Amino acid sequence: MTATTDRYVGTALPAVTGVSISRVVAFFVMTTALVVAPFFVYPVFLMKALCFALFACAFNLLIGYVGLLSFGHAVFLGSAGYGAAHAAKVWGFPPELAIVFGTGVAATLGVVIGALAIRSKGIYFANITLAFAQMVYFFSLQAGFTGGEDGIQSVPRGTLLGVLDLRETLTLYFVVLAIFLVGFLLIYRTIHSPFGQVLKAIRENEPRAISLGYRAEQYKLLAFALSATFAGLAGATKALVFQLASLTDVHWTMSGEVVLMTLLGGLGTVFGPVVGAFVVVTLENYLAQLGAWVTIVQGVIFVVCVLTFRRGIVGELGHILRKSL
Amino acid sequence: MTIFGVATQALFGQLLIGLINGSFYAMLSLGLSVIFGLLNIINFTHGAQYMMGAFAAYLILKWAGLGYWSALLIAPVAVGLTGMVLERTTLKRLYQLDHLYGLLLTFGFALIIQGLFRHQYGASGLPYPMPRELAGGQNLGFMFLPNYRAWVIVFSLAICLTTWYVIERTRLGAYLRAATENPALVQAFGINVPRMITLTYGFGVGLAGLAGVLAAPIYQVNPLMGADLIIVVFAVVVIGGLGSIMGSIVTGFGLGVVEAFTKVFYPEASNTVIFVIMALVLLVRPTGLFGRAS
Repeated sequence: MTATTDRYVGTALPAVTGVSISRVVAFFVMTTALVVAPFFVYPVFLMKALCFALFACAFNLLIGYVGLLSFGHAVFLGSAGYGAAHAAKVWGFPPELAIVFGTGVAATLGVVIGALAIRSKGIYFANITLAFAQMVYFFSLQAGFTGGEDGIQSVPRGTLLGVLDLRETLTLYFVVLAIFLVGFLLIYRTIHSPFGQVLKAIRENEPRAISLGYRAEQYKLLAFALSATFAGLAGATKALVFQLASLTDVHWTMSGEVVLMTLLGGLGTVFGPVVGAFVVVTLENYLAQLGAWVTIVQGVIFVVCVLTFRRGIVGELGHILRKSL
Repeated sequence: MTIFGVATQALFGQLLIGLINGSFYAMLSLGLSVIFGLLNIINFTHGAQYMMGAFAAYLILKWAGLGYWSALLIAPVAVGLTGMVLERTTLKRLYQLDHLYGLLLTFGFALIIQGLFRHQYGASGLPYPMPRELAGGQNLGFMFLPNYRAWVIVFSLAICLTTWYVIERTRLGAYLRAATENPALVQAFGINVPRMITLTYGFGVGLAGLAGVLAAPIYQVNPLMGADLIIVVFAVVVIGGLGSIMGSIVTGFGLGVVEAFTKVFYPEASNTVIFVIMALVLLVRPTGLFGRAS
């Protein structure tokens, strides 16, 4: 069978390693835009988009660079949200510790689910992660501390490190932006480290990577746990922003949404998930009144992306500019 | 009379519910398995196509005035045909790519179909009458058995076993199995493999539609009736082993019963028991109970 460029998910672009001028420029454009944005756009909307952008970046770490499609990533977003919300509201944790605790919950789940799921590949992997996600969903529905259908409401935002009052929307925005940027850069660093190179080698040819002496399973497990951790960081932050942790974030539709964001933005691109997340969140914002149309539009985007637009927005842009973004 | 402190009446009642759910698990996972065997695609649209089967029955009654028995014949064919159109126009173009694209495409179609039906018919269920011939039930002494439920179990078992027989024991099935192993070679022998793929997809989708018609009088006709069910069926398929025909049938019925008994003895776990079993099976046999090592 001929090796077309997108034979494997996430190989739409040639892998360019390290820091390139185009990426540095793109990063500064993105950061500047995000610093200026809250003075023009409703900050809570931006914070929502930022949380989803980090979530999509975490998801992209797995699909774009290891080639594993997780259809249950909502578990990590949602469980971290519950963890952070419970810690902040019931235990009275300050926000920084609540976020750390929530992220820790997601990381732990990531290790457990990952250990079971990475034994399989491709479609099996997608199915298995989906099934685990459904398991966690039903657990969240029935467990006492999650508040069932109501979720955990009116979570206190508190004071970050005892200094920054997060009830102030703009302060909160810049904290969320900082969390996003740290997460984004850490994921970038992970992908472009020797560790990331091994991940790509495993994606391209697992038996060969193994024969070269790499323990593929351990690498995949670590990648899965890292992805879960960053998704958790996004979920914990989101819970504090909206002061709410609910079933929506653990439901499989959320897992589908993060796939959509990443696919639309560009699988395996650095900036794609961010762009995809902003586009999808904006779309949902405008379509929210139209009820069932949200689902229909999401479905159409899926179909169009898969059939004719597999590189995604950023991938296509990079292809035109002949740059890796 | 009681067994383990549970009244036998309740126990047999749950067994019946388990067998009913198992019938749907078996028919749906069978369709998924047949499709996966030849196309290597997990058909995420399967739940939506099951829903379409139920809606087809509802619309056939509403528009044409034809009842259950006609629907049982027409609806699966109609749903199967829509599946074939889908395969010819879109899925076909993805066979050279990573199989995950097939999953994403069918997921997109599931969203579109469910969204359209929800837009048109709302999210609440529409009632579908039970066929008059199967109203009422039998008093078996230890429990009351509604005729329609008995019919669903017997009929779906018959469909499953027929499918198994055709695939494993006939010449047509031999072609199908050969094409699963090596499509290029089978094509070289003069068999039209692309057409076979289309028909197989249509058949698998038709099975989902048939399950939808069977479900219509029991559960109501609802745009989202297949959305959560399909995830359970995915777990059933993973437990049985993807692509295994007999595996789908046995695990489908078996897990339906296990789930029902869990509801009696430990109700809190009844929603998750199938997923727990899946995790355990994966630990011991990553390819599923009846699956072959890939």
